[in-house]
Amino acid sequence: MTDSKVTDWATDFDHTDPAWVQDPYPIWDDLRSRCPVAHTDRYGGAWLPVTHRGVAAVAYDTEHFTSRSVVVSNVKPGPEDLPAPIGLAPPITSDPPFHSLARRLLLPAFSPRAIAALEPMTRDLCRELLDATGGRSEIDAAVDYAQHIPLKVIVGMLGFPQEDADIFRRFIHMVLESVDMPAEARIEQVERGEIVDYLEEQIADHQAHPRDDLTSFLIAAELDGTRLAPEMVRGTVLLLMIAGIDTTWSAIGSALWHLGLHPGDRKRLSAEPELLPSAVEEFLRAYAPVTMARMVAQDFELEGRSLREGDWLLLPFPSANRDPSVFPEPDRVILDRADNRHAAFGLGIHRCLGSNLARMELRVALGEWLARYPDFEVSDPSAVTWSAGQVRGPRSIPVRIAS
Amino acid sequence: MKVHVDRQRCQGHSRCYDLAPELFDVDDLGNGFELGDGTVPAGLEDKAALAQANCPEHAIEIRES
Repeated sequence: MTDSKVTDWATDFDHTDPAWVQDPYPIWDDLRSRCPVAHTDRYGGAWLPVTHRGVAAVAYDTEHFTSRSVVVSNVKPGPEDLPAPIGLAPPITSDPPFHSLARRLLLPAFSPRAIAALEPMTRDLCRELLDATGGRSEIDAAVDYAQHIPLKVIVGMLGFPQEDADIFRRFIHMVLESVDMPAEARIEQVERGEIVDYLEEQIADHQAHPRDDLTSFLIAAELDGTRLAPEMVRGTVLLLMIAGIDTTWSAIGSALWHLGLHPGDRKRLSAEPELLPSAVEEFLRAYAPVTMARMVAQDFELEGRSLREGDWLLLPFPSANRDPSVFPEPDRVILDRADNRHAAFGLGIHRCLGSNLARMELRVALGEWLARYPDFEVSDPSAVTWSAGQVRGPRSIPVRIAS
Repeated sequence: MKVHVDRQRCQGHSRCYDLAPELFDVDDLGNGFELGDGTVPAGLEDKAALAQANCPEHAIEIRES
């Protein structure tokens, strides 16, 4: 929270306000009916489209909107330090035409077949985590289970030390949740501090000892016959670390939270595991973790509002997914919803690079949990805590396991 | 019935391949395409419709031939 509580969401929204963090859906419902593109003066000025149409219009328009900064904070890049078209963490912070080059480099590592090869290892990992909870009647589904799964998979893909998990978690918090700190302090922490030192140390180790992992792949990769610049290797590794971990951890956590509060859905999914693939899509729709951001590159009229070059814009895919004009009964989780064009992984050229990985992790994590603990419930709903900022998921989910 | 993936619209969500691997495949970059000439064998019409109804980019066309 910057300084004061929000009183009017249409003119003064703040995505770190406790009310948004706790339950943003009523806020978006209210705005959809009376102010489909909200504004705030916070963070130096930002817009918020909340309809599916408004979110899609921005996601598809790479001419009027740039991805050069995708986390809204008090550090607003000015014309002087324009990092586009590459950006700090390519390709998520890149614009065309560079974007597709940087993205094409990474796509094969995240294709459905490449990801399928990681499924047995992911399944073993889930079973080990569940083994470690054995015999306890009270478990934290986020702390003891969800948070470890994508973290260990990504650390393995990057070839970083598994014992550095706590360091990773701290970095993720610094990048994604400390958005309300003063600009100077944030630049120091995110762009110059220990994150950069840590990544450079790991990259140097890979340079000295190349191995079969994504970090070594990036060091050796070429674009147009030239090795990637060191900043690009570092930026891409940072992206994979930040984007690949707390997003999926949030999605797994939200699904377990839902099942722990809705015994009908829990019993049905336990009894009919063949529903898992469609249930995963429905959890992604209903509890999409990621809100992206853009900056206005050229003045633009969006649904009657005049957006000016340099303004921030939040892109709440979770709100698009609850738009009743696209999804009937949007607030109801329907495990076998047949028509589900949800936008949890974004729309357009920045479609989440890791979507196949996230889907596999979700399906395996939920399947293994339900096979081990078909009967469980959230023991204290008021004790569940949620992350703040642009990635939303439960950080603590106390559950009781039926014996 | 024939299916066709519009390669201009496809962004590689892989929904078609996940839901109807009998009708679609993906390339090394994860972009979808229809198998063969896209003809939907008898009995797979529902799968074709399901793939279309789950493509976030509206990239799948179905033609009654």
